[in-house]
Amino acid sequence: MSADSTPTNPNAGGSKETANPTVDGSELIRFDKVTKRFGSNTVLDELDFKVDSGKHVTLIGPSGSGKTTILRLLMTLMKPDEGTIKVGGEYLTHEERGGKLVPAGDKHIREVRKNIGMVFQQFNLFPNMKVLRNITEAPVHVLGLSKDEADERARELLDLVGLGDRCDAYPTQLSGGQQQRVAIARALAMRPQVLLLDEVTSALDPELVAGVLDVLRDIAHSTDITMLCVTHEMNFARDISDQVLMFDSGRIIESGSPEKIFGDPDHERTREFLSAVL
Amino acid sequence: MSEITPGLWELVFKGLWITVQLTVFSAALGAVVALVIGLARTHRLWIVRFLSGAYFEIFRGTSALVFMFLVFFALPLGFGWQLVPMWAAVLAMGLTYGAYGSEIVRGAVAAVSPAQREAGIALSFTPAQSLRKVILPQAWPEMVPPLNNLLIELLKGTALVSILGVNDITFAGSLVRNATGESAPIYTVILVMYFVLAFVMTRGMRLLERQAKAGIGQAPPKRRKLSLRQTNDLAASGVSGGTGGAA
Repeated sequence: MSADSTPTNPNAGGSKETANPTVDGSELIRFDKVTKRFGSNTVLDELDFKVDSGKHVTLIGPSGSGKTTILRLLMTLMKPDEGTIKVGGEYLTHEERGGKLVPAGDKHIREVRKNIGMVFQQFNLFPNMKVLRNITEAPVHVLGLSKDEADERARELLDLVGLGDRCDAYPTQLSGGQQQRVAIARALAMRPQVLLLDEVTSALDPELVAGVLDVLRDIAHSTDITMLCVTHEMNFARDISDQVLMFDSGRIIESGSPEKIFGDPDHERTREFLSAVL
Repeated sequence: MSEITPGLWELVFKGLWITVQLTVFSAALGAVVALVIGLARTHRLWIVRFLSGAYFEIFRGTSALVFMFLVFFALPLGFGWQLVPMWAAVLAMGLTYGAYGSEIVRGAVAAVSPAQREAGIALSFTPAQSLRKVILPQAWPEMVPPLNNLLIELLKGTALVSILGVNDITFAGSLVRNATGESAPIYTVILVMYFVLAFVMTRGMRLLERQAKAGIGQAPPKRRKLSLRQTNDLAASGVSGGTGGAA
């Protein structure tokens, strides 16, 4: 189990390590003093944290605490107001030019972003493409795979998510749970190093949740993909996580192993939150 | 009072062919203009939005007929060359109706869920790929019905060119009226011809709409029942007993 983050932990009396090595080999994601505001509302407040390669990290906390914002920043769906984000040692939204850090061009962002995949709350499959093409389109046109290669990879992934027989369906012909499983396959088809899961079961009918979570458990246990997961499914979080981060008001107030956070949290706020959702 | 002679009928049918050509060429130019201006109006650079917005406002707010006159009569004075009336008309109609069409394109593109764009970003599509593969195919079915209306407006608008002396059906109609001394028969015939043209175009556009809807997985709107969601899904059984389709 990892203690691979540098959370701002009030209870630890500000004993935050500052002499981190910049890259420790296995460090995959790093946030440095990242601030994000919406108007006067500060959603993330000088957030520092890092995730090591292969770890499964779950972000929990009340809504509006900034969890989803972290995923959206990583996916470059929005840009940080201050601070930097590194993925695999590369700046995500910045470039070093002449020794100075400047906002990155679209091409650089796209290049770094290829390492990241995301599954959305509302699936966001392309309704104008059949299931198979939803999965093959990006591998073919972004990664440059041949059509056959992409097809083969897509069929394997559809088998993995239990939908091998639905290649020729349109997304509207699938149930929510099936759509979400296709969306997982679509994200994996890009072979990302990091998979972002943004409340992937929140939009599903209760009886469809288990199927999606089973698929994700399977992926978590059988691959070495790094996962960042925002979820309200605490049992799922307990099963797959190496580390749980508790957010409140744009800060990480507590982090630790799932046993620790769910069993014996240090922070009063964490206790309150968990008793409300469990 | 005299008959409409075969020679006069020939004039009318030639006019009909000219009207069809005018409509097709103007619509082709208009489609290009509508797409370019419509997309430019959603561009992230303000200057592109400003210029395309200005184009739209100018052409929406001015008369196609006056613009046609301007192209036909004023260009020769300024530049020393003159367009054939037919092409002056196509230019004027294409640019004007293209401006109207750009509003349809802009609206339909804006109506595609932002989440679709985000999904494109998450798969590292370039903005152009995202537009071509995701946004436009979904906006297209929304565009077809209003574009059909616009196309019919355009068809009827082509009658304006008779004033420039282009021998379309309306022009042929006035010739026949002069020859026969009677208005009612020939103008009735011509109205019917416009109607038939419009009807044929509408049928064509219906077909297009149906195809476009099928292309985004929406069944043709034949069997529209009261269900909100399609839950008649074979493989739903793979999930649990019964998917909870609202009764």
